[in-house]
Amino acid sequence: MSTHTITTQKVNFKVFRFNADEDYLPYYEDYNMEVTSEEVVLDILNRIKWDHDGSFSYRRSCRHGICGACAIKVNGRSTLACKERMNDMIELFGNELTFEPLSIKRAVKDMIIDRGDFWEKHDAIHPYLISDVDEHPEHEHLVTPEEAERLLEADLCIQCGACHYACPVVEINEDFFGPAAFAKAYRFEADVRDDALDKRLLNLHEEKQGLWDCVKCYECAEVCPKDVNPIDKITKLHQMLFHDGIATSNVATRHAVGFKHSIARNGILDEGGLVLYSEGPGIVKHVPVALRMFVKGKIVPPWALTKSKNLDEIKKLVKSSSTAKF
Amino acid sequence: MKKLKYALFTGCTAKQSTPEQYMSTYAVANKLGIELVELTEASCCGASHLQDYDDFLSLVLNARNIAYAEKHDLTMVTICNTCQLNTAMTKHRLDNEHGLKEKVNEKLKEVGLEYKGTSNVVHFLYAIIDDFGLDKIKEMVVTPLSQFNIAPFYGCHNIRPSELQNESHKTAENPHNPTSLDDLIVACGGVSVNYKEKNKCCGFHVELQAPRTASILTGNAIAGAMDGNADWMVTPCPLCHLKLDTQTHHASVAIGREVKLPVLHMQQMLGLALGCTKEQLGLKHHLTKVDFI
Repeated sequence: MSTHTITTQKVNFKVFRFNADEDYLPYYEDYNMEVTSEEVVLDILNRIKWDHDGSFSYRRSCRHGICGACAIKVNGRSTLACKERMNDMIELFGNELTFEPLSIKRAVKDMIIDRGDFWEKHDAIHPYLISDVDEHPEHEHLVTPEEAERLLEADLCIQCGACHYACPVVEINEDFFGPAAFAKAYRFEADVRDDALDKRLLNLHEEKQGLWDCVKCYECAEVCPKDVNPIDKITKLHQMLFHDGIATSNVATRHAVGFKHSIARNGILDEGGLVLYSEGPGIVKHVPVALRMFVKGKIVPPWALTKSKNLDEIKKLVKSSSTAKF
Repeated sequence: MKKLKYALFTGCTAKQSTPEQYMSTYAVANKLGIELVELTEASCCGASHLQDYDDFLSLVLNARNIAYAEKHDLTMVTICNTCQLNTAMTKHRLDNEHGLKEKVNEKLKEVGLEYKGTSNVVHFLYAIIDDFGLDKIKEMVVTPLSQFNIAPFYGCHNIRPSELQNESHKTAENPHNPTSLDDLIVACGGVSVNYKEKNKCCGFHVELQAPRTASILTGNAIAGAMDGNADWMVTPCPLCHLKLDTQTHHASVAIGREVKLPVLHMQQMLGLALGCTKEQLGLKHHLTKVDFI
């Protein structure tokens, strides 16, 4: 028999309430509850509905971390409600917890949001195998274990939206595809059976969708309940663009490549040189701030730059270890 | 206590656009009696962009930097969040991905170097907290910052991905509710401001390719600190500092509200509390005037 003991703690929940059909503004309702060490966040959502207010609304289905329906935000942190243990949340944030929908501006009713933007973007990357299938195949289409490995964790996504609505760029730029869609794009780009290759990548390379607008904050990797690590997949898509020769010259691609040139020349980065290489004539817009920085001793001209010691080593390594072309 | 000694990877920013960070790092190290051996051979870490183009080259260059710290048999200390991320990520991959270390060492051998995996890579903030200790800092404070509300701005690459970052230091940090910088503020005698942008992104890495996004993120961060009644902000990352200190005009325009606060490097704040002079901390190099001293 297990000797595990169940403990309880008092927690004050501040819960976002809103009904788009009736309310002009959202409001927060307080619920004081005894929480047991066995419970997950979804249990609390259930108890609010069953014990306190039957009109309280949220999405749920499988309760096993596979349907992706129940993601909400706890104290601003994207969380899959059926997976996150209450004890961990209390340890992290204390005994005052705020439940909010994944995106307040998309709230429809309480925890339920309109996820239209998520699905539109998901759809736009063509999230399926594109392939000329022989209707009368003579044998199976074999995929080796090594080829299957290439998908990495990208295949584990349950489309819960936790990363999408944790991404600061999604919040600002409506056209940005977001981490979930990019990770899904990688999943099919990495699939040997898929023939879309350049077509899908070209679509991602469009400036509007913003594969290059990722701010590299790692929020997506941190909140994913399935460890998909979307930012890692975004990096891999960047590498594919160069590898497949699809990357065209723009400020973002020149910025990535510029580091190599600068390192080959000086070891350390020539900051001004990198901006010039990336922006080209566009550098003029940085002149006002640059002048103020110069006055404050924040700009070192290229001729005064202290290069890395043993620069010959760096030059040699850049030559021998480069694997990409642009 | 045994004298602390580290291999210092300054990164590129401290040598160019944030000279005050370089100065204050040494000023604080002197006060604390920490010896720093500067890795003048180090190259740029690639700043999280080089690997978008050439992953292997990025690994080789970062492995070379760590190899120099190993030659001194010292822990490598970084003073830039992005240097920390790239270097620690390289170390993690070389130590864990099958066959990668051998592949990288094949290249390093050409220049007579080898990556062994014997040196830890840790940001100066955590080196101070883990190895020196906040209690000892408290005892050494001569000018407590007690009249100031100070807003900590953590910077993404010191706290995320948490699994990687928590490998590099002993003090556990949760990226959803980080405390290390708050603790340092309190140790310096200040009051730490709690605001929701403190662990968010400043936008630095897309300043050229997505300037609007970058400016809004910077604006939101400063606005959050202002609304939290902060007198000034403090950050362990020179890249965040560049955004928050030099881009206030673009940030204000982007969010439609005048935002401006003095921003100090973590070393400058600590230096003030420990009695370093304004000159030692390079306060004159800021664009947003540090007018409270």
